[in-house]
Amino acid sequence: MTEAMRPLTHLVNLKSPLSLSDYMSEGGYQGASKALHEYSPKQVLDLVSDSGLKGRGGAGFPTGMKWSCVPMFDDNDDNAPEFKYLVANADEMEPGTFKDRYLLEGVPHQLVESMIIGAYTMVANRGYIFLRGEYHLAAQRLQQAIDEAYQNNWLGKNIQGTQFSFDLYVHTSAGRYICGEETALINALEGRRAIPRAKPPFPQMSGLFGKPTVVNNVETLSNLPHILKHGTAWFKALSPDSDSGTKIYAACGRVKTPGLWELPMGTTIREILYQHAGGMADGLKLRGLLPGGASTDFLLPEHLDTPMDFDSISKAGSRLGTGGLIVLDDKSCPVAMVLNLIKFFAQESCGWCTPCRDGTPWAVEVLTRIENGTGRKEDLDTLHNLCDFMWLGKTHCALAPGAVEPLKSALRYFLDDFEQHIDHGCCSYKQNTAQKTKLKGHCHG
Amino acid sequence: MKSNIISMENISTVTIDYRQYLSTVEVAEIEHEVSIMETREAAGIEALKIIQEHRGWVSDESLYAIADLLNMPEAELEGVATFYNLIYRQAVGQFVIHLCDSVACHLTGYEQIYQTIKSHLGIEYGQTTDDGKFTFLSNVCLGGCDKAPSMMIGKQHYQSLTPENVVEILGDLAKQESKHD
Repeated sequence: MTEAMRPLTHLVNLKSPLSLSDYMSEGGYQGASKALHEYSPKQVLDLVSDSGLKGRGGAGFPTGMKWSCVPMFDDNDDNAPEFKYLVANADEMEPGTFKDRYLLEGVPHQLVESMIIGAYTMVANRGYIFLRGEYHLAAQRLQQAIDEAYQNNWLGKNIQGTQFSFDLYVHTSAGRYICGEETALINALEGRRAIPRAKPPFPQMSGLFGKPTVVNNVETLSNLPHILKHGTAWFKALSPDSDSGTKIYAACGRVKTPGLWELPMGTTIREILYQHAGGMADGLKLRGLLPGGASTDFLLPEHLDTPMDFDSISKAGSRLGTGGLIVLDDKSCPVAMVLNLIKFFAQESCGWCTPCRDGTPWAVEVLTRIENGTGRKEDLDTLHNLCDFMWLGKTHCALAPGAVEPLKSALRYFLDDFEQHIDHGCCSYKQNTAQKTKLKGHCHG
Repeated sequence: MKSNIISMENISTVTIDYRQYLSTVEVAEIEHEVSIMETREAAGIEALKIIQEHRGWVSDESLYAIADLLNMPEAELEGVATFYNLIYRQAVGQFVIHLCDSVACHLTGYEQIYQTIKSHLGIEYGQTTDDGKFTFLSNVCLGGCDKAPSMMIGKQHYQSLTPENVVEILGDLAKQESKHD
C-alpha cells in the first residue's frame, strides 16, 4: 500500500538504510531487472516519455525529452564514443531544500538502481553521482551501496548476464551552489572552476569530456524503478489532476512541524503548510512564502489554494523549483530575509558574467543600507533597475535571475516594509530584540 | 621609456617534485581518482580534498606538488582551489565550525547562535582560536532546514541548535585531544 502511495520514500530508513539483500526483498532492483531483461533501451525511453515524468531539480523539463537527444550508435559504429555518461545531480545546495539528502541517506540503493535504468536507456557506460561535499553521511552510504552492487553484479561488466556494462562512481564536490547548474557541474567534474558553459552544444551531444552526457536530479532519477515496475498508467494516476507522479514537498521557517512529505504532485500549498507542517508556530501569522527554494518568487496567503505543480505555481507568478516551502512569518522582517537570500547569491555567483558578479553584491549593499535604516528613497529604483539588469537573457546562466525572483516579488508584495525602513530609518521588526536600545528614530513596533 | 610590462623572467615559479613531498598513500589515493576520470587534471578537486584530509589544509607546497603529480599548471590548480568553499588554503584549527547562515537558519535563530559561538570562542568568521582548537566559518545552506539552525564541524552535522547546546557541543570538543598530540 505504501509503495503505491509513496514510491520514493516508503523504504527510507535514516538510521540504517536497507542493505542490498533487504532492499531486494522489499522489491528493489525489480525495476532495473525488468528494464535489462524485458525492454530495449528505446522501449524504456518511450515508457519514461509516456509517463510524463518532469525534472525535479527545479526546471521541470520532461525527462524523456532530455534523454531523447542523446545520440545512439550501433554496436560496431566507428563513430561511437568510448564513453557516454549519466550523472546524478546530488549537489543539493538550494537554500530551504533537503529532499535529496533524505533519499541519499535513507535509501541509497534506490539511486543506484535508478542510475542503472537511466544508463541502460541512453546506453551510458559510466556514471557519476555528483554529491555536495557537506553530505558526508550520504557519501559513505552511497559508496557502501555501490560496493554491494558491484559485488552482486548490479554494476560492472555484463550486468545480470546481459550485454550491458556500467561503472558508477561517487564524486564529492568541494562546495559551490553553481555546481547545481548542469554545465557548471560538468566543468566541476572535469576538475575545473564550476562556471556554466554556453549552450549549445547541449550536454547530451557534448558534455563531460566532450562526450554525450545526461545530468538528472536525484529525485527525478528515483522515479525510474517505480515507473518500470508499475507502469505509466499507475504513475499518472498518482496525481490525476496534475503532472505525473509524486513530489517530495518540504516546509521550513517558523512553522509548527518543519519537515518533508511525499505527496501527489499538485497537492495544494494549504495542505502542505497546514495539514503536514501543522501551520504556523504559536503566535505567528503567515506573511508569505517561497514555494520552491531561495530562487523562486514570493507567494502570498491568497495563493494558498494553488496546486504545487509546475504550471499552477507558474501561473500564480512563481516557480515550483524544488518544492521546498520557505515560510515567512509576520514577526520576521521581509527586508532582512531578502537580504539574506541575495547575500547567498552574491557569495555563490561564479563571477563569470558582469550582471551577476557586480549586480548581486550591489543589491546586497543597497539592501543592507535599507535594513540598517540608512536607505534612501532612490534605493528602491536602484533595486528595480538591478532586477532588470540581472534578468533572463542578460546573464550567462540562471543564477542571477534566480536571485531576482525573491527580490522583485518582495518589492512588489512587501513594498510597505521597504518604504517604512527608509522613512523611519530603522527596522521595526528589531523592536522586539536585544538591539532595541541601539536604535534611533521612529520605530515603535 | 621603461616598459611596465612584466616579463616572464621576473615571475618566479615554484615547482615541487611530488615524489619528495607527497606520501605514497596520498599518491595512491589521488591516482585512484585519476583512474576513474578521462584526464589527469579532472582529479584535481578530489586530490586537493585528499591532501586536506591528511594534512588539515592545502599549503602552497601541497598545491604545487599536486599540480606536478597531475601534470597541470600550478596557477590553474590554484584557480580551482580558491573557487571552492570547502578547500582550506590557510591553516585551520583542529575543528572547523561551518555555521549555516542561509535563509531557514536565518528565520529560526541563526543570529543568536552566531553571537554565542563568537563570544564563546572570542573569534570572528575566518579566525582560529589561539590554542588552535577551533576555526570559525560560515557555510551556505547545509540542508538541515527542518531542524534549523544547523552547523557542521568536521564531518558531523549538528541540528536544532540553541545557545545552550551549542556551548555544550563546543565544550565537549574542546576536551578532545588533538590528533597530532
